[in-house]
Amino acid sequence: MNGRYFVPIAASLGFAFLYLPIVSLVIYSFNESRLVTVWSRFSTKWYAELFRDPQILQAAWISLKIAFISASLALVLGTLAALVLARFGRFAGRTLFNGMTTAPLVMPEVITGLSLLLLFVSMELTLGWPAGRGLTTIIIAHTTFCLAYVAVVVQSRLVGMDRSTEEAALDLGATPVRVFFDITLPNIAPALVSGWLLAFTLSLDDLVIASFVSGPGASTLPMVIFSKVRLGVSPDVNALATLMIAVVAAGVLASLWIMNRRAGASGSSVQ
Amino acid sequence: MTQGVVARGRAWVAAVPGIWLLVFFLLPFLVVAKLSLSEAAIARPPYLPLWEWDEDYLTITLNLGNYRYLIEDALYINAFLESLRIASVSALMCLLIGYPMAWCIARARPERRNVLLTLVILPFWTSFLLRVYAWIGLLKPNGVINNMLIGAGLIDQPLTLLQTDFAVILGIVYTYLPFLVLPLYANLVKLDGALFEAAEDLGAQPWQTFLTVTLPLSVPGMLAGCLLVFIPAVGEFVIPALLGGADTLMIGKVLWTEFFNNRDWPVASAVAMVMLVVLVLPIMLLRNAQNSSEELA
Amino acid sequence: MTESDDQPWRDPNAQPFLRIKGLSKHFGSVAAVDKVSLDIYRGELFCLLGGSGSGKSTLLRMLAGFESANAGSIEIDGQDMAGVPPYRRPVNMMFQSYALFPHMTVADNIAYGLRRDRLPRADIAKRVDHLLAMVQLADFAKRKPSQLSGGQRQRVALARALAKGPKLLLLDEPLGALDKKLREETQFELMNIQEETGVTFVVVTHDQEEAMTLATRIGVMRDGEIVQVATPREVYEYPNSRFVADFIGSVNLFEGVVSEDGESHMRLDCAGLGTSLYVGHGVSCTLGQRMWLALRPEKLRVSTEKPAQSHNVLQGVVEEIAYMGGSSMLRVRLPSGAQVQVTQANLDRDDAHPVSWDETVFLSWSDTAGVVLPS
Repeated sequence: MNGRYFVPIAASLGFAFLYLPIVSLVIYSFNESRLVTVWSRFSTKWYAELFRDPQILQAAWISLKIAFISASLALVLGTLAALVLARFGRFAGRTLFNGMTTAPLVMPEVITGLSLLLLFVSMELTLGWPAGRGLTTIIIAHTTFCLAYVAVVVQSRLVGMDRSTEEAALDLGATPVRVFFDITLPNIAPALVSGWLLAFTLSLDDLVIASFVSGPGASTLPMVIFSKVRLGVSPDVNALATLMIAVVAAGVLASLWIMNRRAGASGSSVQ
Repeated sequence: MTQGVVARGRAWVAAVPGIWLLVFFLLPFLVVAKLSLSEAAIARPPYLPLWEWDEDYLTITLNLGNYRYLIEDALYINAFLESLRIASVSALMCLLIGYPMAWCIARARPERRNVLLTLVILPFWTSFLLRVYAWIGLLKPNGVINNMLIGAGLIDQPLTLLQTDFAVILGIVYTYLPFLVLPLYANLVKLDGALFEAAEDLGAQPWQTFLTVTLPLSVPGMLAGCLLVFIPAVGEFVIPALLGGADTLMIGKVLWTEFFNNRDWPVASAVAMVMLVVLVLPIMLLRNAQNSSEELA
Repeated sequence: MTESDDQPWRDPNAQPFLRIKGLSKHFGSVAAVDKVSLDIYRGELFCLLGGSGSGKSTLLRMLAGFESANAGSIEIDGQDMAGVPPYRRPVNMMFQSYALFPHMTVADNIAYGLRRDRLPRADIAKRVDHLLAMVQLADFAKRKPSQLSGGQRQRVALARALAKGPKLLLLDEPLGALDKKLREETQFELMNIQEETGVTFVVVTHDQEEAMTLATRIGVMRDGEIVQVATPREVYEYPNSRFVADFIGSVNLFEGVVSEDGESHMRLDCAGLGTSLYVGHGVSCTLGQRMWLALRPEKLRVSTEKPAQSHNVLQGVVEEIAYMGGSSMLRVRLPSGAQVQVTQANLDRDDAHPVSWDETVFLSWSDTAGVVLPS
């Protein structure tokens, strides 16, 4: 093989590898047959089935609620943590703070899940709170690990930002709080949006941690899917997956389009 | 005096996330450590307390039995070794597949670069569980891959793909590939293009340029990427549970079983403690790799 | 106007406007600013000149309030600045990167400081219009910073920093990001605006030409210390050390030992040159002291005939000639091996060089052309 083409071909195969399973999921979600992998004919009946399944609908609603609240909490806490790491310089306990902020990123989920559950059980025994496990405990757990992702995204934006604009605002008489809202916030807004979306997705997606800290009556969507999938392939899960992929793809394409338009607008008007 | 106000404001800003993380991230590990030293019991919660206060006598019972059990029962040691093996192989496979991708993205024109990067990140935004699930449909005995191979006349009998270590590694490589591509790309894109031109100008063939310039300069990115695959893969539960067979022993799965099926919380805690200790070294390595690739910029 | 009006630092009764006393700033074990004491007077355009790492920017940031001092004090218009945060100081700064707010228009950038003072809207609008007119950007009020050229951004940054009418304006490499031609034009614009507004300017720069053109006085910094404070002319003609002589312009340095110390003359024995040099004014020194004679290249005369004067004549061979347009620079090798730099104005268009390569020439200078430096 000619060396010139080796790298592009290898890279294309890599990209194909990433998308092959997703494409097959989408295709077979329109398959009429219950045997997921044998094509019979085009049908949307699994989508109809999906929307008639109360268990899935309820779990989806619970998951969306949890994801919304956890992502919002994680956004606030993670942004504060990022500010501390990017702007406060050296202080006593910085290493600990940094470690606690970034460690959840690489911590295996089984450990995070188990340790949080044991904490909740101990707290209930000694403090009487949280009474039992359910939505609240899942939200706390998700906030904790999503916080780390938000902090990383926001911190890298803060570090990349020209700090002298903040100093200029201070110099012109704005108090530190004012500077944050006038200068820092508009500057890191894209990172806040992507941080929130990332947290939302991660929370919506989590199976392991939720399984540990959840209680009766609080089954999230991944928990329901997992119990269905464990028994074998089920076509309505394919339909669900296709819907989720469609939503994500639409969101990403929209954001790409907005970014490109913005880049084009500012690029063409220079000079 | 006004500086004092600023300092107090800063303390508050740091305290809110700081206290949250202390309570919900650090404290839980202490609870796990404590529980790994207690004794399992048929009770609610299913363990005996570590200390008892009885008429002026404080009795602390430290039970090292859980750890002894981990050493004596070959299951746990095998599961640890197997997890490390599968995670290492997966990380290396990711490197082989991901390096050309990262390189292509880093060398693409800026407007195409964003599109390619989005393509790498996009699967990451779709459900992890569903992406693993997709492979079941592909790998099953009567799944897409076997049907195609039989249809093409390459094989008569379906291959056993699902419920093997191969399937587990495939699943890990597939789901964690973006974790390798992104840091490696970030490393490669920072390299000055003139470096490669200089190497060629001095007479290096493209492959020599790659071996003598590109590869050494991308070590921090490769290391960070491989560790970002390796560390979570060691404790992976979903992938071995869905794609692996009954004999696929991974420590995350063992912990899960110990906890949910056997309801042995103390042993599950001991497993978690050992896993933490095993992962401390790679996590430190990761921090160093990330720091050194930042210095490169 | 009397001299002390124009040059308040010569008046012992004048009150300094900015008073820096024993100011130090340490980063770890490094002293970025080391016991600096400095008085700056109202209406001055003071330049802090130094290489990178000399501490000039740190000193400026301490005046603005972004860095706190480890020791010493800063007093602006009689008010001690210790513990006063940047947003409460009567000081504004023009940043090296300009630090324009990218999400605000030019007008909003300029109005930002005024809005923090909660001035009435109409007053802010009037003031912004005035400033836009002053920096000739009236037509650009609604643009974003990304839609401006480098020179226009620089003027927005200046207008924004001047908007609040600060007592003291700090400028960090104000012309550093502009190309050479634009830089020269802008220098004069900056001086005009300073004169017009009467605000005291403190400018940080590493560019000696810029400092010479702009400044009423220059403070030369090295390793966190101020090594000389003087007018541009004094710094050039009367440097107080070899470092300053060498840092500003080019200089030939001859090392020697004091062999005669008269009331109105002295003599320096230069073992390296094999001769002694005569200085036609008194210098405070002691016999046998090691000193240096600093001679600027343009103060040397070149001739092919031996000049008539009896002292301060050196013989050498022309090694290099560099034509630089307005002048030419010659390097002459002395028999001792030392090299001397000479610049000659190119008075005629043709035959610019009365001397050529490898020619033996005589270098001479007047008795008062050089400066004797003790260190």
